[in-house]
Amino acid sequence: MQHTISVLVENEFGVLSRVSALFSGRGFNIDSLTVAPTNDEGMSRMTIVTRGDENILEQITKQLNKLIDIIKVIDFTDGSGIEREMALIKVSAEDESRAEVLRIVDIFRAKIIDVTPRSYTIEATGSPVKIDGILDLLRPLGLKELVRTGAVAIGRGAKGWKG
Amino acid sequence: MKMNGARIMLECLKKEGVDTVFGYPGGTVINIYDELFSFKEIRHILPRHEQAGTHAADGYARATGKVGVAIATSGPGATNTVTGIATAYMDSIPMVIVTGQVPTALIGNDAFQEVDIIGITRPCTKHSFLIKDVKDVAMIMKKAFYIARSGRPGPVLVDLPKDVQIAQTEFIYPESVDIRGYKPNLEGHFRQVEKAVGMLLDSQRPVMYVGGGVVLGDAADQLTTLARRLTVPVTTTLMGLGSFPGNDENSLGMLGMHGAYCANMAMTHSDLIVAVGARFDDRVTGKIATFAPNAKIIHIDVDPTSIKKNVRVDLPIVGDVQDVLSKMNKQLDKQKEKVEKFLSTLGPWHADIAGWKTKHPLSYKQSSTIIKPQYVIQKLRELSDDDAIVSTDVGQHQMWTAQFFQFNKPRTLLSSGGLGTMGYGLPAAMGAQAAYPGRQVITICGDGGVQMNIQEMATLVQNRLPVKIVILNNNFLGMVRQWQELFFDKRYSQTCMELPIDFIKLAEAYGAKGFHASKPDEVEKVIRQGFAEDGPVIMEFKVAREEKVLPMVPAGASLNEMVLNA
Ligand SMILES: Cc1cc2nc3c(=O)[nH]c(=O)nc-3n(C[C@H](O)[C@H](O)[C@H](O)COP(=O)(O)OP(=O)(O)OC[C@H]3O[C@@H](n4cnc5c(N)ncnc54)[C@H](O)[C@@H]3O)c2cc1C
Ligand SMILES: Cc1ncc(C[n+]2csc(CCOP(=O)(O)OP(=O)(O)O)c2C)c(N)n1
Ligand SMILES: [Mg+2]
Repeated sequence: MQHTISVLVENEFGVLSRVSALFSGRGFNIDSLTVAPTNDEGMSRMTIVTRGDENILEQITKQLNKLIDIIKVIDFTDGSGIEREMALIKVSAEDESRAEVLRIVDIFRAKIIDVTPRSYTIEATGSPVKIDGILDLLRPLGLKELVRTGAVAIGRGAKGWKG
Repeated sequence: MKMNGARIMLECLKKEGVDTVFGYPGGTVINIYDELFSFKEIRHILPRHEQAGTHAADGYARATGKVGVAIATSGPGATNTVTGIATAYMDSIPMVIVTGQVPTALIGNDAFQEVDIIGITRPCTKHSFLIKDVKDVAMIMKKAFYIARSGRPGPVLVDLPKDVQIAQTEFIYPESVDIRGYKPNLEGHFRQVEKAVGMLLDSQRPVMYVGGGVVLGDAADQLTTLARRLTVPVTTTLMGLGSFPGNDENSLGMLGMHGAYCANMAMTHSDLIVAVGARFDDRVTGKIATFAPNAKIIHIDVDPTSIKKNVRVDLPIVGDVQDVLSKMNKQLDKQKEKVEKFLSTLGPWHADIAGWKTKHPLSYKQSSTIIKPQYVIQKLRELSDDDAIVSTDVGQHQMWTAQFFQFNKPRTLLSSGGLGTMGYGLPAAMGAQAAYPGRQVITICGDGGVQMNIQEMATLVQNRLPVKIVILNNNFLGMVRQWQELFFDKRYSQTCMELPIDFIKLAEAYGAKGFHASKPDEVEKVIRQGFAEDGPVIMEFKVAREEKVLPMVPAGASLNEMVLNA
């Protein structure tokens, strides 16, 4: 089962490598990992999407907590989090398919951010499921290039990080 | 007062109560060594190899419970410490390793003797620091010691670039540390402790399975009190030996792959296992699917990742062993009646255990012509001091030591369990002897492993460290040979040490004494001679070459599927 966990870390030298080394060293999967600073200067926040059964997830959470530079680990698997991801998608768009692409972009409330006579580049934001959805529709039209940010997540309402 | 970074680092060691360090000089630590020249408060011991220096710091830490300290230069000096660091990491030994590093401006440039030692040791350190500013030296040293010794202990590496050693600043040692991401949970949850006592008193076939955590957490007294008042049988891991007196009637000895029959049978038939500071290693559990099929499991450990890592657990208690065992003892004080009742129901269980003990005690066939290695170990116990410290190397001799040298006190056995590092025994003994100049320190080695750090004979002689080096010489890499005998049709591929070594001459070359026995009736004399010497000695015993360590649970088999004689 897929899990999204949020990890608050010290802005210290080498934290990212400690986390990624933990996953590779112990054979845990990473589907995606994002990291960026937070409103607190000393702290960064990672969102990791991983897979595994209950026991594996328990080990992942415990092992992350054990790293000295990790301040807090929040698991959003119970639906307590909101997830968003952005994708930049380049599709071929020629003749009649140009209109079809525009329709899909409109339905998914995405944006065209670059246009050439033979392609469109689209910016799409939403839950990872929504991104998968737009990709499913665009793929038959000729997907040329895809960049996804990986999910970021935040807790609903009161759930989350209180510093 | 303003000082340079090198001096500040030494001042920090002093503040942390460090009296001995093991280190080796070189280009990027030369400033530290220059400061050390006039810094008399710390004894510096120069090993002949950085690996040995790190093992010595580890031996010092295991014997004393204090943080062991090693210093090495950048590049090859640092990489030489890696085996020592990994050894300490696997057995949760508190250490601080200070490595020199090329000047900060050169880091990343493939400078002379530059390696990314933080990167290399990341998976085998509890934590590590690269110090980039002399103003951070004191705080980072404080944190390094705090992290190394608290919670589940472990080695911490501090990488100290040369320019930071030279730069000056005011030395102020912080009073306290606060690391927001690191707050070990030492206090066992009271409700969980209550439940544990309840489960224990409701059980009919309980076993305490005790590990290195009880040694590391200095809780041997609390454990012994608890086990004795309830007459619960106690088995220990290799790392737990000494935390419960081996001569107590409730002691089952070591369990696991080369554990006692009674210990493995007790685990298999038990209805409640109380695991105390032990981590369900695969050498202990055997095949997980058939491990202790009828037992509920209570697991006490300070590190939450140890719990439920390998086996299911019915009642986890995260906390320090001393705290949890003391709380359990207090609970028992309040339940006199239930305790009485519990004691009165244990008869059949004790009878089962007594039966297993007599059915297959640890044994070997004595010989009047060839020295049996187990006999040497028994004689060593008989003739050594009560508080003697014994280190082992890795191999058959290590297992015979675990089986036949009865350990009655904690911190008297120093052995590489988790990593199984050949070459550990001699330098670890050196560290222990440096900590306790007046105690008898013995290292029991194989003819293979002793040669992996034999150069430390020089360090022993130079520093007047009278370690007694016992070599059980079977002229084989015996433990591997045993596997080849049992599982590979006796195809002894590369396990015969064809060249016989004259260990007596070798001892003499270093300025030490050497004694040698090749017949059973010489064993006692040689041990007495060796123990009587004031300086370091080698005692070499030519032992039965193809003796096996038994019983043995073959890899992947269940605990009760022991090979008893093969
Ligand atoms: C050739 C060879 C053969 C071996 N055969 C055997 C064998 O037959 N039987 C055997 O037992 N071992 C054997 N070993 C050793 C084995 O590999 C493991 O090292 C050993 O079993 C681990 O012991 P342990 O579970 O006590 O864990 P340790 O490595 O000692 O771990 C200690 C545990 O206690 C916890 N802890 C630490 N401090 C505290 C505290 N203050 N409070 C609470 N918890 C704490 C830690 O978090 C950890 O989980 C063998 C090794 C070799 C090299
Ligand atoms: C550094 C290292 N290399 C290899 C091994 C694998 N190994 C384990 S026991 C052993 C044999 C040890 O032989 P010896 O030191 O003579 O001891 P004996 O088993 O004969 O008592 C070997 C090679 C190891 N544990 N450590
Ligand atoms: Mg040998």
